[in-house]
Amino acid sequence: MFDTADLTKLIFGRLTLESLPLHEPIIVGTFAMVALGGLALFGAITYFRLWGYLWREWFTTVDHKRIGIMYMVLGIVMLLRGFADALMMRLQQAIAFNGSEGYLNSHHYDQVFTAHGVIMIFFVAMPLVTGLMNYVVPLQIGARDVSFPFLNNFSFWMTTAGAVLVMCSLFVGEFARTGWLAYPPLSNLSYSPDVGVDYYIWALQVAGVGTLLSGVNLICTIVKMRAPGMTMMKMPVFTWTSLCTNVLIVASFPVLTAVLALLSLDRYVGTNFFTNDFGGDPMMYVNLIWIWGHPEVYILILPAFGIFSEVTSTFSGKRLFGYTSMVYATVVITILSYLVWLHHFFTMGSGASVNSFFGITTMIISIPTGAKMFNWLFTMYRGRIRFELPMMWTVAFMLTFVIGGMTGVLLAVPPADFVLHNSLFLVAHFHNVIIGGVLFGLFAGIAYWFPKAFGFKLDVFWGKMSFWFWTVGFYFAFMPLYVLGLMGVTRRLRTFDDPSLQIWFVIAGIGAFLILLGIASFLIQIAVSILRREQLADVSGDPWDARTLEWATSSPPPAYNFAFTPVVHDNDAWWDMKRRGYVRPLAGFKAIHMPSNTGTGVILAGLSTTMAFGLIWYMWWMAAGSFVALLAVAIGHTFNYHRSFHIPADEVVSVERARTELLAAGAKS
Amino acid sequence: MTVAMGSMKAGEPVFYVVDEHEHPEGSSTMLGFWIYLMSDCLIFAILFAVYGVLGAKYAAGPAPKDLFDLSLVAVNTSFLLLSSLTYGFAMLSMQQNRVGAMQAWLAITGLFGLAFLGIELTEFAHMIHEGATPQRSAFLSSFFTLVGTHGLHVTFGLIWLVTLMVQVKTYGLIEANRRRLVCLSMFWHFLDVIWIGVFTFVYLMGMLR
Repeated sequence: MFDTADLTKLIFGRLTLESLPLHEPIIVGTFAMVALGGLALFGAITYFRLWGYLWREWFTTVDHKRIGIMYMVLGIVMLLRGFADALMMRLQQAIAFNGSEGYLNSHHYDQVFTAHGVIMIFFVAMPLVTGLMNYVVPLQIGARDVSFPFLNNFSFWMTTAGAVLVMCSLFVGEFARTGWLAYPPLSNLSYSPDVGVDYYIWALQVAGVGTLLSGVNLICTIVKMRAPGMTMMKMPVFTWTSLCTNVLIVASFPVLTAVLALLSLDRYVGTNFFTNDFGGDPMMYVNLIWIWGHPEVYILILPAFGIFSEVTSTFSGKRLFGYTSMVYATVVITILSYLVWLHHFFTMGSGASVNSFFGITTMIISIPTGAKMFNWLFTMYRGRIRFELPMMWTVAFMLTFVIGGMTGVLLAVPPADFVLHNSLFLVAHFHNVIIGGVLFGLFAGIAYWFPKAFGFKLDVFWGKMSFWFWTVGFYFAFMPLYVLGLMGVTRRLRTFDDPSLQIWFVIAGIGAFLILLGIASFLIQIAVSILRREQLADVSGDPWDARTLEWATSSPPPAYNFAFTPVVHDNDAWWDMKRRGYVRPLAGFKAIHMPSNTGTGVILAGLSTTMAFGLIWYMWWMAAGSFVALLAVAIGHTFNYHRSFHIPADEVVSVERARTELLAAGAKS
Repeated sequence: MTVAMGSMKAGEPVFYVVDEHEHPEGSSTMLGFWIYLMSDCLIFAILFAVYGVLGAKYAAGPAPKDLFDLSLVAVNTSFLLLSSLTYGFAMLSMQQNRVGAMQAWLAITGLFGLAFLGIELTEFAHMIHEGATPQRSAFLSSFFTLVGTHGLHVTFGLIWLVTLMVQVKTYGLIEANRRRLVCLSMFWHFLDVIWIGVFTFVYLMGMLR
């Protein structure tokens, strides 16, 4: 019969009171702060009676615009967590010299660098990129929503569920101590017996479902829902890069799903895929995960390229130079991104022929990328350039990204890579392209489309503060790492013996502090803009004198986006409409068919979270129960055949009339 | 869809559609489901590749020749192929709006699928009983994972099949149900194609090694 120990084990699995990191003062302090902040937020929402509003209008929404905004909020919140990890690492490395152990023990430090990588890629960059695509693409192609609106909501909540699991690991148990890709044999049960790697696996699996489905959704949207007249070669460049990115998502995330499933079989069932004995092969994991991992970096950068294209042509007041070559360059990068994965581990020792093949394919990628760079430069050439915030980020990107690209080509030379592999030179390189490319692109995109989403521009002063702190901070933080890498310092070190290196780490730490000021300025910018929204308001819907369809409708756009579906004649559809005397229709509105909100996505994602939690802690009853409930809810959802409604014509008339009045008032002032 | 405007002079550009331009519900479903299937196909591609790398790593344990019973697998394969055929008949009946016949063919398809799973589980149980467990060697790990993942897909296909039969019975052959039946049809045939790969690369070529 059961004694208490057995019963506790049955109910709580391996979760015990010792799993709570009460002995780590830093984590307890963080927990106290997060808990207090959470309670304050919870209390405020309850006090202002916002739960009903949030549930009805946001959590259950199927409107691509609101889902896009929720993705952005998720990404920005997680940026704070991921950046906190970065600051901790910089501080540790700046002080752990001359026999000092720093302030982080190795157990904690290893979790910090793993969590930093995982969070920044999966829960910052991905949600921000997906959020922008979600918001902008349907508007750019003149659609009313995405192809599968419910799936869109579900995808968002699955991504959030993954983020919740990672945050959970901070306070209940621990996170992986393996580095962000969890290479075996280190990530096998024998070397990582704790819950850390399991948190990693299930957070990524749950979020991966969301990413894959949103990829399918956006491909269908772009292929099937374009406005009449918008042929493939008339699509805006951001839509093109989004299409390629989502193709990459659909063609690479299944690989991640499969390889993580195999790793979990090794850990849960005791199979021998990546073990050291019984025929297992750890290097197969490294190959497979990079077959996902390399396309992943292009998943992030391609939309940023799209943003820069939109921004450059808008703020130069010119049609984009070399539209066709831009599209082909994007497609070529999409294809080539599958042919370079091995350059992440030339040191595997696969021989000269294999290494030269992958070295050469890697270098070839710089050709289409270079073509893009020249296209942007030629777009600016003889343009009337307006240095608004998005354009500033774009110029900073062009300067910074070229440096990152060149160090990338250096690393693509296998003999050089043998020296620089796993060094801080590599760390500096990928931060150079991810911050200088993806992040600058996202900031450009946020500054560019914020007025579309909210009806007022972002405050320029704090935007410039954020811009200068970020760019200067970036160079201070990462140029020293290039130097250190060339001197042979490897990544992920906790303490150092050579005191002459310390100065470089101190400079890098100052850079990180400047970036902190940049993030703070960004948050202040949003707060100040909300306070000054009257002065910053834009009633025209087209504050930048822009060129693509999203600027043809009001800011923020109505739920149905366009009262009448636009007809496209030109690449720059809205520019063409303005030039040829488009007159906004004022009558003849009809009822509009729209999808209905549903709470199923939230419920399914919640059940996935509890299932993952049960699996992580070996609470099998919880995992099994959640799985059965998950199936039941999913099947139950398919019995609901009434998923849409009509916005009555009267409502469309009144919304459009309000806009007419607003436009008239704007024209007078 | 008309793009003409009453008050518009001939030759002037038309910038919007006057009629409600409605994307009919489910117009993207087939494409979306097809793309999903291709992503699923990639998962199988990885499992095949893993089997290709590890398939000969017996770790001094049993090899395919010691384990596989080809006649049993042949029976199993024919069950699955026949189930695809019967699903095809179900779709033909759907085209002719013969609900009863369609339900019957779907039921037969489901029984074939169930028989396939039964034989597969018997084979697994037999192998495990002989000590050829997934933990025994990398070959067996990859074998059980590849074949098991296919079996898991068939299981979900069966759950889906039953759900759809209930929905057709309750709501009739409405447009949404037809669409779902076509999706399941694609899924079912897809599993057949995967199985042909499994049969060839795992069982037939395994016996040759």
